[in-house]
Amino acid sequence: MSLYVDIRYRAGKFRLDAEFEAAPGVMGLLGASGCGKSMTLKCIAGVVRPDEGIISYGGRVFFDSRRKIDLPPQVRGVGLLFQNCALFPNMTLARNITAVLKARKDRDDAPSAASLVKKFHLEGLENHYPENMSGGQRQRAALACIMARGPSVLMLDEPLSALDSYLRWQLEGELSRVASEFGGVTLYVSHNRDEVYRMCSHVCVMNAGRTEPVRSIDDLFESPDTLASCLLSGCKNYSRAGISPRGIRALDWGAELECALRFGPETEYIGVRSHYVRKSDAKTGTNVFACRIERVTRDVFGTIVNVIPLGAPSDGDFSRIRMEMPREEAADLRAGDEIYVRIKPEDVMPLKS
Amino acid sequence: MDLFPLWNSVRVAGISTFITFFAGILAAYYVSFAPRAVKGACDCVLTLPMVLPPTVVGFFLLKTIGPLGPVGSRVLSVFGFKMTMTWYSAIFATTIVTFPLMYRTVRGAFEAFDMDLQYSGQTLGLSDTYLFWHVRLPNCKQGILSGTVLAFARALGEYGATTMVTGYIPGRTATISTTVYQLWREGSDSLAYKWVFVNLAISFVVLISVNMLETGKRSVTV
Repeated sequence: MSLYVDIRYRAGKFRLDAEFEAAPGVMGLLGASGCGKSMTLKCIAGVVRPDEGIISYGGRVFFDSRRKIDLPPQVRGVGLLFQNCALFPNMTLARNITAVLKARKDRDDAPSAASLVKKFHLEGLENHYPENMSGGQRQRAALACIMARGPSVLMLDEPLSALDSYLRWQLEGELSRVASEFGGVTLYVSHNRDEVYRMCSHVCVMNAGRTEPVRSIDDLFESPDTLASCLLSGCKNYSRAGISPRGIRALDWGAELECALRFGPETEYIGVRSHYVRKSDAKTGTNVFACRIERVTRDVFGTIVNVIPLGAPSDGDFSRIRMEMPREEAADLRAGDEIYVRIKPEDVMPLKS
Repeated sequence: MDLFPLWNSVRVAGISTFITFFAGILAAYYVSFAPRAVKGACDCVLTLPMVLPPTVVGFFLLKTIGPLGPVGSRVLSVFGFKMTMTWYSAIFATTIVTFPLMYRTVRGAFEAFDMDLQYSGQTLGLSDTYLFWHVRLPNCKQGILSGTVLAFARALGEYGATTMVTGYIPGRTATISTTVYQLWREGSDSLAYKWVFVNLAISFVVLISVNMLETGKRSVTV
């Protein structure tokens, strides 16, 4: 049973054009804020109606603009965990859960409120109102309500973004457990690549309202092929690319680079991860070029060195290169020094726009 | 001092507030979901009685429910009772004048309502009717209550439209506001003062309760 989505929706200047298929397991929907991720989830849940397209789960059609099918959200069975949890503020935790249980037609198969409270570690909070619960408790409570409904598809909308880092780590484990126990199709929406990498097996990148093809998580992080997906995968160094006889010319860095990956006329940018730009003792060689150090910043576990290639044009937006290295390696580097850097041909990622 | 005007005023205000309460909530609910153009048009029409002089409202009312008006003449010939110059005529006037207060206050509350609660409830399988009564209304309680109190207060003080459709018949259609006017015209200032104080007292109670409702709201959000 997989979830198939192919929808278009327009609101003012914003255009959503989403197409993907999600199999059972956790699929990430990764994109910058405002790219249409939440809107896509709302369309799937049925609370927002797309202008046209198809949404189906297994053999069941939720929405089909041509056949004029539009199932109400109540019968779709799509659980949506909102960023702000959206528990009813006028009801206690227990009433929030029982309200959902009472609305079920198959009450015999439903779990009991008490078992849900236990499962989500909410014992003792039954008579608390949402405003008197912590962020983590609210989230578990909202999950308990969703499980009380017994959904066939689970969607989590930026579930961790409103929490501080310690709580986030704990809840991530919790969500991971909930998703694997759930076993069905789970969509995990986030703008945080680390979360997506840890939680998901597959990922669909969204950029300015458009989805890219679904790929496996390793595939995305090892060889992103578009600028948008590369940005989301956390890569920090980019240059506009020109095709040259030797390989690729990094226009913003003023350097000729050999590239071990496949590239062609569609290659418009290259990306190189910070860890793969290394200090070079040799002054010549493959993919070696001279840079001036702009800034040396101590980070939590290492040192970040910003350099500007000597051959960089003065107007390049991408001219700054970020290197990350262990502290001892950066000990004798000072702003203003000239150094040589080296990039292995297999670490140069050719990107489409 | 004959207390009939107080009793009559409270009776008229109570009944018209009861009607406005439901009509205002219903109108606010449907208008808040309407497309933009419809919303603008409805808003204009439904708010009109608030900005029109009450005498204009009274004039339109007389032309409709008066014994010669299209509604008034039919009611008179079919059911045999007059719609004007009776105590309940004031209900028509005050309902129309107070409706915008209720409608606008409740609509404001509905628009501030977090739609994610509605969406979340729908995905959890709860019906729209359930969500309206058990989630939307309780969470808009403050707005609805202050709208109700304001409507009641306005109904108690209504003069212009009321006097046009009920006139002033002591012991039958007199309300506090029409009584004050009448007493002043007759020159019975001391009695007029008594009614003025009654009016002031009621207004204070109303304003204090609206205030308490609003501070109650603040302490909840803290």
